[in-house]
Amino acid sequence: MAKDLNIIGKPFRKVDARAKCVGQTKFADDIVLPRMLICKILRSHQPHALIKSIDASKALALPGVFAVVTGKDFPVPYGILPVSQDEHALCVDKVRFIGDPVAAVAAIDEDVAFDAMNLIEVAYEPLNTISTIEEAVLIDEPRIHDYGEGGNIHKKVSLEFGSVEEGFAEADLVREDTFFYEGNTHLPLEQHAAVAHYDTDRKITLWSSTQTPHYVHRALAKVLGLPASHIRVIATPNGGGFGGKSDPFNHEVVVCKLSMITGRPVKVTLTREEVFYCHRGRHPILMKVKTGVKKDGAITGMHFQSYLDGGAYGSYGVASTFYSGALQTVTYDVPRYKFQGVRTFTNKPPCGPKRGHGTPQPRYALEVHLDKIAEQLGLDPVDIRRRHLVPPNSVTANYLRIGSMGLGQCIDKVVEGSRWKERFSGWDPRNRKLPFGKGIGIACSSYICGAGLPIYWNNMPQSGVQLRLDRQGGVCVMCGSTDIGQGSDSILAYIVAEVLGIDPFDIRVVTADTDLTPVDLGSYSSRVTLMTGNAAIQAAERARELLVMAVAEKLGVPIENLALAERRVFDVENPEVGVSFAEAVVLAESKFGTIGTVGSYSPPRSPGKFKGSGVGPSPAYSYSAAVAEVDVNPDTGIVVVERVWIAHDIGRSINPMLVIGQVEGSVYMGLGEILMEEMVYRENRNVVHKFPSMLEYKSPTTMEMCEVKTYLIEDPDPNGPYGAKEVGQGPLLPVPPAVANAVYNAVGVRIDEVPITPEKVLRALKDKARGRDGRFGPDSVPPVDWPEPLRVLTPSEGGDGTEMPHVAVHS
Amino acid sequence: MQRHSKKHIRFTLNGEPTEVAFAPHKTLLEVLREDLNLTGTKHGCELGECGTCAVLVDGRSILSCLMLGLDAEDRDVKTIEGMADGAELHPLQQTFADLGAAQCGYCSPGFLLVAEELLKKSPNPSRAEIQEALSGNLCRCTGYIKIYEAVELAAARMRGEEFELPKESVYGLE
Repeated sequence: MAKDLNIIGKPFRKVDARAKCVGQTKFADDIVLPRMLICKILRSHQPHALIKSIDASKALALPGVFAVVTGKDFPVPYGILPVSQDEHALCVDKVRFIGDPVAAVAAIDEDVAFDAMNLIEVAYEPLNTISTIEEAVLIDEPRIHDYGEGGNIHKKVSLEFGSVEEGFAEADLVREDTFFYEGNTHLPLEQHAAVAHYDTDRKITLWSSTQTPHYVHRALAKVLGLPASHIRVIATPNGGGFGGKSDPFNHEVVVCKLSMITGRPVKVTLTREEVFYCHRGRHPILMKVKTGVKKDGAITGMHFQSYLDGGAYGSYGVASTFYSGALQTVTYDVPRYKFQGVRTFTNKPPCGPKRGHGTPQPRYALEVHLDKIAEQLGLDPVDIRRRHLVPPNSVTANYLRIGSMGLGQCIDKVVEGSRWKERFSGWDPRNRKLPFGKGIGIACSSYICGAGLPIYWNNMPQSGVQLRLDRQGGVCVMCGSTDIGQGSDSILAYIVAEVLGIDPFDIRVVTADTDLTPVDLGSYSSRVTLMTGNAAIQAAERARELLVMAVAEKLGVPIENLALAERRVFDVENPEVGVSFAEAVVLAESKFGTIGTVGSYSPPRSPGKFKGSGVGPSPAYSYSAAVAEVDVNPDTGIVVVERVWIAHDIGRSINPMLVIGQVEGSVYMGLGEILMEEMVYRENRNVVHKFPSMLEYKSPTTMEMCEVKTYLIEDPDPNGPYGAKEVGQGPLLPVPPAVANAVYNAVGVRIDEVPITPEKVLRALKDKARGRDGRFGPDSVPPVDWPEPLRVLTPSEGGDGTEMPHVAVHS
Repeated sequence: MQRHSKKHIRFTLNGEPTEVAFAPHKTLLEVLREDLNLTGTKHGCELGECGTCAVLVDGRSILSCLMLGLDAEDRDVKTIEGMADGAELHPLQQTFADLGAAQCGYCSPGFLLVAEELLKKSPNPSRAEIQEALSGNLCRCTGYIKIYEAVELAAARMRGEEFELPKESVYGLE
């Protein structure tokens, strides 16, 4: 039965919006329990050192101190990825960066905890530090970790799909460029906080500002030595996440342990400075890209290299490394593709996933590289992109299955909106239509709608939803997903309301509680709308079936004639014949007993079967195109982004207003990355964070934010709930390269290093004035001893997704 | 264990006479959150950098992390909990909620109070005036645009004017 949508596609407010606007929402630090102690964590001021001794006797003697813990209390390592279990809640014998946690106290209040923390005496034996990608590649000793691929190399990846050399041989032009994307951080307004309560039944509850309560649950079970069934993790509403609250964190483990020792609830709230040390943000990546193209811009082969500065721990870094090479193939047709990636360890806060996880850096490099190729070929940068799009319903050279693909429409929208053809005047500066200093640039991108594989290997669903209907007509939807502000609680309510024909505000949403809600893997990889949405549809349709069976029997109407809308179940042929939704639940409960249903979602299997094929596959890919308009002052080097036109292929908007909010927020964050945000370090060893404060870590205020013109392309994807794809991360991706390309259009200099600061623009302009090429950026990459690539025949070569057996495969 | 004897003050909090005793070095932010259990006021840095902890003191926005609690004596303090009129939300609270100006919602209390101060002074502010008034508050979720729209819609409603939000703000451009 075709059914008009009543809820989907409408701009409802979020179900939790009012509570957030009146101060009722309880974030982690808002939780206060009777007899609660306060925890403070002593952090290393040494970047790399052996811990010779820790003397906590003075701290323990301070009145009001209840416990002090050190690395000895946490012998079991953990980490988000099974392959990098390299963290201890408190350092055991060695510190690896300034900010590494060494000891923790629980005390009667914050003042006492702070004083006690400062009474702990730690003796260190300093070690030489590793502070850059180059150093990590070149210097083997001292090793920051004793695992990985030798020296200070954490991970090397080398994959080749088809023969890239054959591709280059076919090309009319082969171009090579080098780029650097500086690291930056999430900077959520809410500092991480957690409260643990170990109760008299020896069960522990942790409330925490986390995006991944399920993974925290698993880490706690491992580290605390408690049965997982005795651990409850409740993710409080996140005051911003952006990927920065996706790892299990040391402070979460520490407060649990302190609560177990003291028998009292224990809270920790990080200072802003500590949040900078938690980091797990954007990896600094040095990149080299070499592409062969035909005269019309068709790509014949591409070789991409990534050199990642991972910081001091593994975090999601192995996945980040693969992601930095995975999605180059999903926008423009790349028939042969080779990727080499290396992640290094350095004595700096660990890098991890930030909005766009591992992909904004290569996307920036690729889109600026393409712009340079277009100039060399004399092609319009729009045309070189628009003419060579990956077709929908295809499989890429690296075995990513593309479903719906709306990038062409996205490009058309932003080209039209920005009046591109009137304003872009080709590559010869003598023909320019815009005044010198004004410029426009274009870039495109794509992002996954959920990672195809979970972080730990299992055959269970990635998302589960449970529905309970009560005889008063109440509907409760329970799901492990975590609302980090993106609106995932609301998506559950909208979808269940749509299927059951009720109002979203009739529904109680219970989420992110490992005791009460079925597992959802968490708010990362833009997976939530697609995966929880599909699980919610399944659960709600199962409930709907029970309702219509009971109502059909009562009314003597065929089941297929019944519709659910406006809080009624009724005969579509005689709409006045029907019952209220609440009556329908009573009928169903009378007939079937208590009404509860479940739904679950597992992504489709990926066609790739080679080692390393786990990162990149997704049920669907979102697409974005952006045009940026900039004003560059040649005297100061200051870049002002005046306007961004952005079109996003959303599949279908579950709620267009929230989609636009995500687009605008993504543009904002991309703007911060390209113009000003950077995690940089100082001192002669380059390991002291330059400015761990919100004042000095520059992020855009209202005064720097640009105007945003948003277009939504609705081309429903068969794998999305009602056709919906992601929007939380993808629209960030085209913004940095669109701005970089616009800067070149404005003043004729290429800034091949993010962020584009006034200093870099001025240096490039001076360079150009001296008759040189007017480029600011890296020139070389360090000499990595790459393993023989794992070779895979592409689908068009008749490959089946497995690696070729006759070549040496590195482990 | 109490190392500082508490000081006692009286002031007006959200329209109600209030008495509270606290350690004298505490900031107004800490007094509100820890001694009066009004956790609607948030903190992002506790160094005066992010605007998240803004409250109104005698009608003017201040950063509660930079003001001593003792300095609130005899003053009139308004927090997010006092912004609604009973069960009736302030027009700004309604529009922030309805238009998606609150994503994670963590910065929203600060933005709402600063916006309230702005609309008292300037009932029909231009977009540029709104940007300037809110420039001391950081938001990492929204890109600020939905916040501007919420302020503009609330301002129009408070002036008793009909105001239609452009369709593109909700559905995107055609």
